[in-house]
Amino acid sequence: MVSETTRPGLLTALAALLAVLAGGSLALGYVAIPLDRVFQALVAPQATAEAVIVQELRVPRTLLGLFVGASLGIAGAGLQGLLRNPLAEPGVLGISNSAALGAVATLYTGVAAAAPLALPVAAMAGALVAMLVLYGLAGREANVQTLILAGVAISSLAGALISVALNLAPSAHATTEILFWLLGSLADRGMDHVQWGLPFMAIGIVLLLSAGRALDALSMGEETARSLGINLSALRFRVIAGATLAVGAGVAVSGSIGFVGLVVPHILRPLVGYQPARLLPASALGGAILLLLADMGLRLASDQVDLKLGVVTALVGAPFFLHLVLKTRRMTV
Amino acid sequence: MSLEASQLHLAMGPCPVVHGVDVALRPGEVTAILGPNGAGKSTLLRGLAGLQAPLDGEVRLAGTSLADFKADRRAREIGYLPQEATVHWPLAVERVVALGRLPHLGPWQRLGAADGYAVDRALAATGVEHLRGRTVTELSGGERARVLLARVLAGEPDILLADEPVAGLDPYHQVHFMELVRDYAAAGRTVALVLHDLNLAARFCDRLLLMDEGRLVAEGPAREVLDPEHLARVFGIRAVYGEEGGEPYVVPWGRA
Repeated sequence: MVSETTRPGLLTALAALLAVLAGGSLALGYVAIPLDRVFQALVAPQATAEAVIVQELRVPRTLLGLFVGASLGIAGAGLQGLLRNPLAEPGVLGISNSAALGAVATLYTGVAAAAPLALPVAAMAGALVAMLVLYGLAGREANVQTLILAGVAISSLAGALISVALNLAPSAHATTEILFWLLGSLADRGMDHVQWGLPFMAIGIVLLLSAGRALDALSMGEETARSLGINLSALRFRVIAGATLAVGAGVAVSGSIGFVGLVVPHILRPLVGYQPARLLPASALGGAILLLLADMGLRLASDQVDLKLGVVTALVGAPFFLHLVLKTRRMTV
Repeated sequence: MSLEASQLHLAMGPCPVVHGVDVALRPGEVTAILGPNGAGKSTLLRGLAGLQAPLDGEVRLAGTSLADFKADRRAREIGYLPQEATVHWPLAVERVVALGRLPHLGPWQRLGAADGYAVDRALAATGVEHLRGRTVTELSGGERARVLLARVLAGEPDILLADEPVAGLDPYHQVHFMELVRDYAAAGRTVALVLHDLNLAARFCDRLLLMDEGRLVAEGPAREVLDPEHLARVFGIRAVYGEEGGEPYVVPWGRA
């Protein structure tokens, strides 16, 4: 018998670890609250100090960390499966940068300050524009190289326009505001961010999960996948649209947080037997775990040094990624 | 099940490369598609597999136009083994073979017992059971070719189309591969292979199709198709002929 059918051990272990971390994320912070009181505070009807902290600060921060991490992880796994390239990630296709550009535009013009919802809406619009341009440039029957090159072009253009915004920012305050947002953070997010971001991230995650079967077939190449009855255009749409929604909404609520979509699938891939379909849910859980861990680390260290989440993931992620690149090159996988 | 094409015109990219070919692949037979490089063999095979829409003409599966089949139904009936199939991740052999079951699964359905048995049968038929736990990217050429064949056989398609499946294999594995597809056809299935080796075609295939510049120039048993005139005109070679145990062989000897 084929042992592919069920090996739920890994997913169960990841889910259990995630549950523990989510509990920790609710308890930890400037004011430490023991777990039993966290649960009381969660359901407390009256506005005690602990109830306010848990309900209005910790819950949104934990939920967003969980969903943004899951979005970045699964989007990386999905795009790597689609492009059959372990180095692909939301950044490669220009989705992250375009979403960031949309957000920066609202910060630059001051619209973000006037209308709090403008920033997330603009970020998702940026991601959507990137997807539409990608489709227009690459076409419905485009091969992988065309798709990657189109993504690189979009990413570079968005990056250049962000630089222009920084360059021409009307005041030092505006520059600082844009820079801080670009660094990426989960701090000071409220339930409005949750209401706006979560549905889009959830839809994106489900779209990506639905592509698993087809991504498995694609590991044998496009010709074989088509001979197995896979509709490649539909597959590309599901993965790109899913990644756009998940990452666009994620960037909108948290700013740019890099390397999660790259590192998490890399670590988990051998543990799922290199199967693209099984990598998807594992990477969603893994991404959520990594982001919650990083955010909790930041909160614990915030007495000494106030670092931004995106900076930390890049500091840890970039050298780790370089190490992985060298390792996979030696293995000539 | 029979697979027929009538007045089939196919393009590769923007260039028409198959010009009005009529073929009929029949159950129980192994058909070889021969011809020089660029004759349109692979394109014809892709057209027959339904992977490429014809410019003109049509392909019929059991009498029904292939265009009227849904992709998953077509995939259950026609197995296709592309030339130089690459595996992009270091997957275990049994997982690669299990991919052949995809056309039989519903959208969220997992592999079931029936699928497991089909995978076991395919591994056994191609003699790669002992490799099932190995990583496919670390196999030798002969092992990999049999694993990829097992991948197609696991889907138990009625029609098997393979594009140069024995290219790059040593003589032992070439003969073994041809015996495997003969056995598959003997069970009433339809098999067509693109081949470059005239002798493997002559020895193991029931019918040969000879293509040149996108057209079918000869069709029939080896004795008729591989005659000196065809070999000179299509391949530009002269050959030495012989017979072993009542079966013909052909050795390319020089340029015509």
